[in-house]
Amino acid sequence: MRMSETGPKEDCHCAMNSRVIPLLLSGLLSLLSAPACADELRVAAASNFRAAADELAKRFEVLGGHDVVLVFGSTGKHFAQIVNGAPYDVFLAADSERPRRLEEAGVGIPGTRFTYATGRLALWSIDPELVEAGGEVLQTGRFRHFAIANPALAPYGRAAKQTLQTLGVWQAIEPKLVMGENVAQAFQFVGSGNAQLGLVAWPQVLQFERGSWWRIPASAHEPIEQQALQLTDASAATAFIDFLQSELAMDVIRSHGYGVADDR
Amino acid sequence: MSIRVRFQIERGTFRLGVDLDLPGSGMSSIFGPSGCGKTSLLRAVAGLDRYADGQCVVNGLCWQDGDLFLPPHRRSLGYVFQEPSLFEHLDVRGNIHYGQKRADPEGRRIALDDAVDLLELGGLMERSPSTLSGGERQRVAIARALAVNPRLLLMDEPLSAVDVSRRQEILPYIESLHRELVIPVIHVSHLPGEVAQVADHVVLLGQDGVEASGDVHDLFTRLDLSLAHESRASSLVEARVAGTEAEFGLARLEFEGGQFLVTQGGLRPGRRVRLRVLARDVSLTLERQADTSILNIIETTVQELQGEDEARVLVRLLAGGTLLLASITRKSAHDLALEPGQRVFAQVKSVALLA
Amino acid sequence: MIAEADLLALVLTLKLALVSTIVLLMLGTPLAWWLARTRWRYKFIPEALVALPLVLPPTVLGFYLLLALGPDGPIGRLSQALGGHSLAFTFTGLVIGSVVYSLPFVVQPLQDAFASVGRRPLEVAATLRASPWDRFFTIAVPLARPGFLTATVLGFAHTLGEFGVVLMIGGNIPGQTRVASIAIYDRVEGLQYAQAHGLAAALLSISFVLLVSVYALNRQHRIVRL
Repeated sequence: MRMSETGPKEDCHCAMNSRVIPLLLSGLLSLLSAPACADELRVAAASNFRAAADELAKRFEVLGGHDVVLVFGSTGKHFAQIVNGAPYDVFLAADSERPRRLEEAGVGIPGTRFTYATGRLALWSIDPELVEAGGEVLQTGRFRHFAIANPALAPYGRAAKQTLQTLGVWQAIEPKLVMGENVAQAFQFVGSGNAQLGLVAWPQVLQFERGSWWRIPASAHEPIEQQALQLTDASAATAFIDFLQSELAMDVIRSHGYGVADDR
Repeated sequence: MSIRVRFQIERGTFRLGVDLDLPGSGMSSIFGPSGCGKTSLLRAVAGLDRYADGQCVVNGLCWQDGDLFLPPHRRSLGYVFQEPSLFEHLDVRGNIHYGQKRADPEGRRIALDDAVDLLELGGLMERSPSTLSGGERQRVAIARALAVNPRLLLMDEPLSAVDVSRRQEILPYIESLHRELVIPVIHVSHLPGEVAQVADHVVLLGQDGVEASGDVHDLFTRLDLSLAHESRASSLVEARVAGTEAEFGLARLEFEGGQFLVTQGGLRPGRRVRLRVLARDVSLTLERQADTSILNIIETTVQELQGEDEARVLVRLLAGGTLLLASITRKSAHDLALEPGQRVFAQVKSVALLA
Repeated sequence: MIAEADLLALVLTLKLALVSTIVLLMLGTPLAWWLARTRWRYKFIPEALVALPLVLPPTVLGFYLLLALGPDGPIGRLSQALGGHSLAFTFTGLVIGSVVYSLPFVVQPLQDAFASVGRRPLEVAATLRASPWDRFFTIAVPLARPGFLTATVLGFAHTLGEFGVVLMIGGNIPGQTRVASIAIYDRVEGLQYAQAHGLAAALLSISFVLLVSVYALNRQHRIVRL
């Protein structure tokens, strides 16, 4: 399995993939300059799904003999690239809106859009003492900065805002907010200690295993539905989409801290 | 009143030791071929380069002695560099004003207007340095150096960076400075003509260090020094315009030991001049000649003789207090049986007025 | 055509560029002066350090700044010791990031300009009784003016366009750290292309007008009366 990404390689726990985006859209496409090999599958995947995607790709390769190339990045960027003809076979988004828009615009294979994972949030601090289940620290206000992903751009950010509103602390916390471009950046803010507290993706906390956290109940926000869309009719693409809905795949996805569509 | 200079100069493989007492007034020239360390010495006096264990005391002001070292900006000196080095971002007036603003309050007030007039800079004040000729730039540099009211003026080969054809443009200015300035000047040059014109005291630097240091008239005529052995070897005579013979277009110049008649009509009586007499323009007779076209015949005493090459001999003569140099054939010397102490008559064919 | 939030971002960007450029000139001038004049045989080390931000990707720079500003990092510890808090997500933090990021763009032209002044004008000034400070301000600085101009323009322009570093340590706080480049990026990410175009055009025009004025001013006044 080969993996390429659009951001600098990181070997620490922080999944940092943010990259400079050109201001004008037309110059974006330079990711895969070589023509695709016959059975090579190119998947544009949301950065937050990295760990799960790696494992899924490995298993798929073993099963089907196809090479999987995973390209991680922000969903917005991938969307723009795909609209302008980037040669991906499968799109794994962090939300449902972008795949829906693609489908409406006639991009991709109709009828292949589905929710491959549902996201959960975690209230997290690098300080191992700060957060307890129940999140009392939210009421005390004993923190300077609170990091979330930008609600205007990122589904995890939107869910974070909803969570804070549900918990009734949005007004109090809003002045202390710092926003990352995506949930991975929010994670870095908290992980580096610059933000004492933040709402990040549960799989990130699961993987990092440091600090203190509270897994946010699913009822606190609208479901974060991460949807997939098949973009080309390559046989490998169809096989991958099918694979994602298999029991094996769903187990893998659950083990990384996501829910799957059937679970509620 | 003196200038005491003692340095051990070491730059890379170059070594120069000097231990000099220069007069505290007048113009002292450091003369020697290129590479013998003249500029290094001047820079050491200015403090631009620092050498351990040096000593520099100028008319009672201690600039350097053992551990004491005043940096250049705390010394009351003016320095004229070899290349004009005007500030490109200031016009002429700005350049001179730069010095004026930082003038030494204790220094001798050199009326700047006088310096500007002396150097004839009046029409150049608004010009930018890049539009000036080399000679003009050097004159501005001199005025600028004077503007700080220095107690000592240092000039590093001021004519070298100027076209040969233009050198005569500046030399008169330096000479008039010499006449007008009260402060001492140390001046570096490798041009004997320049030194002849302006120096009072000469330090002769050779490849092995200081060869001689003394009065200019003396050093030019000393037979043991290289100066007397140049092709244009000459003696220098200080004279005063005593009168004219107007109908013949002549001026009479009196000096200690005689007089010269020169074909220079317009000289003001009473004016002091320096004359240069080339050794080869001097011939000798045992008796005063009559009925000769040579106007200038001086009674002298032979001081010293020295062979020049197979054919020529140099003779050092004294007339009153004035030293003269003659270059004659060995044969003549032999035939005339010249020897020290002998009275001879020097016939001077031509005399150059240096100022 | 430009939303108020974006105008705020634009103003913040200009403010950041201005403050950073001033700080850079203040820090960079003595550093450039020393680099130009020193004969220390290891001076290539500080020279390489100064040039480092040229080769580092901005996001790498930003990432390490984020760590440095955090409670365990050197700058974070310093700011805490001084009684403050982390400088991440603050305008001051952005200034620090910009100063590091644009350092070579200011120091290198200044260093070249000072070096080209040479020793002679300063020696001359010394013989005219100008003290070292005097010489610096009345001779070195005016003669190095083209270098100052280049340094100022480059430093300012480079900060105007700064993105990667701000992305990493800014936190996207309106009025504090949400600069124009971030705002444009957000608009693009949020598929609001019209606003993105508008803001980008505004940034471009301002930059161009600034550059034109600076270069026009430099054409005149070759001779200065001191």
